[in-house]
Amino acid sequence: MRRFFLHGLILFSAVVFVAKLVQIQLLDNSYELIANNISIKKVYDFPERGYIYDRNGTLLVSNQPSYDIMVIPREVKAIDSIEFSKLLKIKPEDYSQMLSKAKHYSLDLPSVFVPQLSKEDFAALQEKMWKFEGFYIQKRSLRDYQTRHAANILGYIAEVNEAKIAQNKYYQMGDLIGIQGVEKAYEDELRGIKGVKRFQKDRLNRIISSFKEGMYDTLPSQGKDLELTIDIDLQSYGEMLMQNKRGGIVAIEPKTGEILALVNAPSYDPALLVGRERSRNFTKLYYDTIAKPLYDRGLLAEYPPGSTFKILNALIALQEGVVSEDTKVYCHNGYFYARGSFMKCHSHASPVNLDSGIYNSCNAYFGTVYTRTLEKFATPQLGIDNWAKHVKSFGLGDFLGYDLPTGKKGLVPTSAYYDRAYPNGNWRPVATVSNGIGQGELLTTPVQLANFTAAIANRGYYYTPHIIRKIEGKKIDVPEYTEKKTTTIDPKHFEPVIEGMFNVFEKGTGRSVRVEGIEICGKTGTAENFTKIDGKRVQLTDHSIFIAFAPKDDPKIAIAVFVENGYWGARWAGPIASLMIQKHLNDTISRKDLEKRMLEGSLLYEYEKPLSGEPFNINQ
Amino acid sequence: MNTSGSRHLKPDWVIIFLFVCLAGIGFVNIYAASVSGLEVSFLDFSKPHGKQLMFLGLSSILILLIFSLDSKFYERFAFVFYLITSLLLIGLFLFGKKISGATSWYVFGGVSIQPSEFAKVSCALLVAKYLSDNQVDLKNLKDLLVLSLWILIPTFLILIQPDAGSALVFSAFFLVMYLHSLSGWFVFAGFSAIIMFLLTLVLGTSWAIGVVFGFCVLLYFLLGKRKHKTGPLLLFFGICVIFSLSVNYIFQEVFEQRHRDRFNIVLGLTEDNRDIGFNTYQSKIALGSGGFWGKGFMEGTQTKGNFVPEQHTDYIFTTVGEEWGFAGSFVVIALFVLFLLRLLHLINRQKTAFAKWYGFGVVCVFFIHFAINIGMVIGVVPTIGIPLPFFSYGGSSLWGFTLLLFIFIKLDASRYNEW
Repeated sequence: MRRFFLHGLILFSAVVFVAKLVQIQLLDNSYELIANNISIKKVYDFPERGYIYDRNGTLLVSNQPSYDIMVIPREVKAIDSIEFSKLLKIKPEDYSQMLSKAKHYSLDLPSVFVPQLSKEDFAALQEKMWKFEGFYIQKRSLRDYQTRHAANILGYIAEVNEAKIAQNKYYQMGDLIGIQGVEKAYEDELRGIKGVKRFQKDRLNRIISSFKEGMYDTLPSQGKDLELTIDIDLQSYGEMLMQNKRGGIVAIEPKTGEILALVNAPSYDPALLVGRERSRNFTKLYYDTIAKPLYDRGLLAEYPPGSTFKILNALIALQEGVVSEDTKVYCHNGYFYARGSFMKCHSHASPVNLDSGIYNSCNAYFGTVYTRTLEKFATPQLGIDNWAKHVKSFGLGDFLGYDLPTGKKGLVPTSAYYDRAYPNGNWRPVATVSNGIGQGELLTTPVQLANFTAAIANRGYYYTPHIIRKIEGKKIDVPEYTEKKTTTIDPKHFEPVIEGMFNVFEKGTGRSVRVEGIEICGKTGTAENFTKIDGKRVQLTDHSIFIAFAPKDDPKIAIAVFVENGYWGARWAGPIASLMIQKHLNDTISRKDLEKRMLEGSLLYEYEKPLSGEPFNINQ
Repeated sequence: MNTSGSRHLKPDWVIIFLFVCLAGIGFVNIYAASVSGLEVSFLDFSKPHGKQLMFLGLSSILILLIFSLDSKFYERFAFVFYLITSLLLIGLFLFGKKISGATSWYVFGGVSIQPSEFAKVSCALLVAKYLSDNQVDLKNLKDLLVLSLWILIPTFLILIQPDAGSALVFSAFFLVMYLHSLSGWFVFAGFSAIIMFLLTLVLGTSWAIGVVFGFCVLLYFLLGKRKHKTGPLLLFFGICVIFSLSVNYIFQEVFEQRHRDRFNIVLGLTEDNRDIGFNTYQSKIALGSGGFWGKGFMEGTQTKGNFVPEQHTDYIFTTVGEEWGFAGSFVVIALFVLFLLRLLHLINRQKTAFAKWYGFGVVCVFFIHFAINIGMVIGVVPTIGIPLPFFSYGGSSLWGFTLLLFIFIKLDASRYNEW
């Protein structure tokens, strides 16, 4: 045994070592990754973010350089801190405190000493920088807004959060990423691809050489410029018209589905979310839970469509053949839609047909038409599902599929909805009669309403609304935005309805906002709405709604306007819609007094009411 | 001086070739580990690789010196050597310089000498001389105690420097004693003690006792109808229980925290990659990132970045693993195995008892260094800082190993003169 004792020991330990080396070097791959992480320093070369233009080539967003003064505490020598402080515009006594803060973070890693120096301060400092060993200037790129409008469309960029980093390997701590609007939707195009330079570092994190002579280094690829579909002049005009009001305007070019304007009120200056003040301003906007400036009402707010929806009911009834243009309905300030159930209407000539029903916005007519549409079928379930099928073909009740990152579905009730509400399944079409006049369960977002207006303007089809027009000067070729979506309504049924919409301005509810020389077709809407105060359901002043397109025979703009608590449709939404149309088509406004009234008009007193804590009257 | 012997010298060229290979590969890796980033000249004597080149040069002079002396000289003067190195070890407490916590060095000007590296050689010579006496039998208590004392004196002197690693190397001589005539029970007891120690640390006292109990019961049935089995088994079990209970005490009260930490890391009881476990963690990363073929000479990112502490000395094997990969590590381990086996082969053909027992001393010392150093670097042995022979940077250790090896080669080479 002793003769081979040592042989055994030697071979045994050799086998153990080789086995362990097989495990560490061949089987376990994690060590290689760790090794690269700790010994190779990657330095990123950030490309300039793409510019954003409007449809006429007006520059909306560019970049501005910003200069951070960085420090590596270990390399700081005894410098003239008084002179340095003066150049940086900091107090000399703060210098050592700021330096020790950087030291506390790391002696060997760079940290920001003074962030975002102005160009002037940078210029003065740059020449003397050699004197201050351990400090250096790092150039960053910030957004530079050429417009004070369209903040909701443009969105903003901010430092990427950890969840996103975990999800997408491209991003690293401190990288900027689009958070909202176009910046988010077209993040990949705008940001470009950052370049990487790799350096070998030592255990103190100091760079000793370039890694493998730059074999693995990559060059940055520039961000792409975008051209949006919006017309910044129209957008700014809309925002001005909506000042001191809340709501949204969505304008679409019917022939293309391009969004001409997407106004959110209240809005904010996009420049607020850039630079040193960014975080403070953002907090202020974010916590304004009453006016909610960051909430894009044009895309997110779900309102009942009100009377504007009557247009759609008329089209469906014609398609289903339950009424003709001449079908007459009697209305004496309303009608009984069932025994003991009266639907009120306002005072107008009676009886009405399709045309006068539309321009008078007669509740009795559309209550009747709607009920007939449903009663055509054996059961109310079949009836309402058939109705909902038509409604949904106009893009209502579901996400439209546009390219901005936020949205709401709205609501188009189907039989399932009412079977839930009336569990015995025993409900009659008249139970849902509010749908006939756009009240009740129906909910639509302004962009959906504008899209549905565009579909009417086109006599039966629409293109999915979108905000992107060109990427890097090349027209977009996305099937989603270039393919026609056809509605379930036969084109021939549109003409009589459009005639009615035209007469809204000629002799109906929109007479007051008629524009000389432009054939506008539109429809007013007034939507009841409620809020909760101390747990009680309280009705507020109606929302003022208006949809319109123009010119009648060659539509160039379709628009939907919502003014929260603006009362009836022709009071706020109608005038704003007609001004927007005139602005877009003629570029000049003939009705200066109306424009002045809209620009100066304020509904802030209306918004104060439910917050005042006192009883208040509505619809005054 | 006996000049007549030199005519019949027949040194073993295989072992010399293996020595040259190991020292050569060692130098290449020290070069890679000490040059980082910037261009450094090959003959820069301020850098470890330059100094090592100088040490290697001095080694060859040392080899010539060893060969020029008569082989009888080493046996006759073994005790004198032993006395000198022991005095040097004692002298450290008066004239030594404290470097990283241990008073292990004499420093004259720019040259530093570590006597413990030479004490191994003299101890090997003395042990060989003692065992070469035909009368000596280690089953005899007096002989056992005397020889143990000779070994324990330098061990103790080194242990209190404190340099536990170098002291541990002297356990090599107890292996030699076993190979001579020491009862196998000592090995069995030592082995059982190590197993019990580890079992107690990993599983806790009660489980460790449970395992031993199970082992004893198993043994009881395996031994079948043999007489006198119950008594010794009970005794063995009893000793194990007492030992296990005392391990806790030793571990908690006698060991220092750093020793406890080292054990805990290897046993996987604590995970710490930053502080105390940093060395082992970094060396594993360097090794592991090498893959099969390695990153290539001078391409090791961990080596270049100086992430592995003490890389050119105790952790030199990580450079091999990172830059030459599994292939390189395998070759180095294979070279060491060949080297050790060749030494064993040479021992077999010795004609004098002194040469034979000296040879065993040499093999055991090299084996302990090899096993502990590489075991530590790849993380199967607790962190014990001892150099890898011929690889690790350092003059004293290189010269110590050269002396150790070449005295044996000289003895072997002149075996035909021993009639």
